[in-house]
Amino acid sequence: MGERRKKKKRVIPGFGLSIGITVTMLGLIVVIPLCSLILFSAQLSLPGFIETVTRPRVLSSYLVSFQTALAAAVVDAVMGLIIAWVLVRYDFPGKAVMNGIIELPFALPTAVAGIALTHLTTTNGWVGGFFDRMFGIRIAYTRLGITVALIFIGIPFVVRSVCPVLEKIDLQYEEAANILGANSRQTLFRVILPEITPALLAGFTMSFARGLGEYGSVVFIAGNMPYETEIAPLMIMSELQEFDYASATSIALVMLLTAFVILLANAAIQSRNSKIVSGIS
Amino acid sequence: MAGETENYVELRHINKTFKNYKASDDIHFGIEKGKLVGLLGPSGSGKTTILRMIAGLETADSGDIVIDGRVVNDVAASKRGIGFVFQNYALFRYMTVYDNIAFGLTVNKCKKSDIKKRVEELIELVDLKGLERRYPSQLSGGQRQRVAFARALAPNPELLLLDEPFAAIDAKVRQELRSWLREMITRVGITSIFVTHDQDEAIEVADEIIITNRGRIEQIGSPGDIYSAPKTAFVAEFMGSPTRISNISEFKGYEQLDRTIHAVVRPENVSVTKKTEKSRYPASVEHGIVERVLFRGRELELAVRVHGVLLTANRRLEEARIAEGEAVDVFIYRVYAFHENEEVQIVDNANVGTENLFYI
Repeated sequence: MGERRKKKKRVIPGFGLSIGITVTMLGLIVVIPLCSLILFSAQLSLPGFIETVTRPRVLSSYLVSFQTALAAAVVDAVMGLIIAWVLVRYDFPGKAVMNGIIELPFALPTAVAGIALTHLTTTNGWVGGFFDRMFGIRIAYTRLGITVALIFIGIPFVVRSVCPVLEKIDLQYEEAANILGANSRQTLFRVILPEITPALLAGFTMSFARGLGEYGSVVFIAGNMPYETEIAPLMIMSELQEFDYASATSIALVMLLTAFVILLANAAIQSRNSKIVSGIS
Repeated sequence: MAGETENYVELRHINKTFKNYKASDDIHFGIEKGKLVGLLGPSGSGKTTILRMIAGLETADSGDIVIDGRVVNDVAASKRGIGFVFQNYALFRYMTVYDNIAFGLTVNKCKKSDIKKRVEELIELVDLKGLERRYPSQLSGGQRQRVAFARALAPNPELLLLDEPFAAIDAKVRQELRSWLREMITRVGITSIFVTHDQDEAIEVADEIIITNRGRIEQIGSPGDIYSAPKTAFVAEFMGSPTRISNISEFKGYEQLDRTIHAVVRPENVSVTKKTEKSRYPASVEHGIVERVLFRGRELELAVRVHGVLLTANRRLEEARIAEGEAVDVFIYRVYAFHENEEVQIVDNANVGTENLFYI
């Protein structure tokens, strides 16, 4: 960093101008809307706020959201890593197409995904029917269904954050480990995984945070049974439909804080890792 | 070369082709135990491939690799008893200096106390005490090389392989590290092979140099032999940054040579004197025009046009200055002459002996 500061000529003109733009953009699209959220919920008194956000039905919706988002993020992390590995390390026909398909969940309207997944996973659908008959497992209208939708939404986050890092890993690391006597398991866990952990963690966090807030794809597949498959964003929606803005924003505030804590934890881990790699002590 | 049985490492008629590029063409040589050998050649000459095949990171298409009397063709890299120092060191970024050095021992499930003892011993050896808890990014280039060296030595290999060990280090420290590495390897007493494209490095560090070119071995010998008695046209042209002369028989003192013969001349064998200065061999100097004067720090490098050939010569700074465009006297002491693809012949200027007497 010290070196960069010494440089006289910068690509982007002026620290003043660029930080100004940064602050303005962040303010307009992130901070001000979020502040209005806090102001709105301030219409309630503190006990009223606590009462609103701890209603049993709301509490259970947090739990549903948290459980399903966490499960989906874990699956995404594992599967995303494998997909990234295959995309980076092997050459096969159709690789470019596959590479493009990965990003589809980003581009698709989430409701479309929700409808498609629901259609597939009901007991009449191809996949849902199979699981129902073979294992007696129901997917649509259960928490499992929500998890499936969230896996779909979250997987590109992991793949896209892991791929570039995996590409950059020098083959020499593996060769060095190999010559020093490490078997492939030891090489994977001690040499390669530490290299990609920061990226994997970033992907995991993003897909987890996204899962907590996902609404469009989930409402169709969830079935929205109170205490069972009601997610927190749905609670906000139903409060809004009853024109209870204060309650809606209060629940939203809780979700906002949760997301903030998760992302902050991720940022802390990332900064520790980049210190190790860049050597700033 | 020593007898077959004395060799610690031996490559027997190794061939290796990558797609349509022949990286090794009948490579055959042996290395005695305890020697420090430099594989020297231009980039793409196949020197790194040889090193990687010895290490077991590449497999030869045909031929045998023998280490310590054992054919290791089918032996895994980790079982060959070798240590390898990579060009960019390939230190594990998320491990401390200590863990990096200990890696080869921990993966082989050595006892904790043994590992600690060995790592401390190595840290002592490479003089990195106090830096055990640092990460590689917090070290200088030279310190990283030391860690890489210690890590390679940790499992007690019998053979150390180094791929361009100084390439990643800036020029100033490089000089220092050359003597450091040489001293370390002598102290540890391990047979070592290193790859380099820098002839100064090879000459300074190695006991023995193997020169590679286009997948073949051109010459094997001591640095002194290689430098002063090049055997092939390639070696003559590669060592000592010489100039090629295709019309050598036109130069005074070399008229006896066949007209078809080619020659190379090294800067240190060319002496340039001003017209006003007294030349040592006034009768056999050539007339030349200085086209370029380059300041090289310790000396001046002159480019002088003689008989249409642009010769390179050095001149000491304390000597009278020579300007670009100046007419000068040029005397060539020695050339390395060769017919295309034939043995190299060292030819001294025919007038050296005779005129010398006269001068004294």
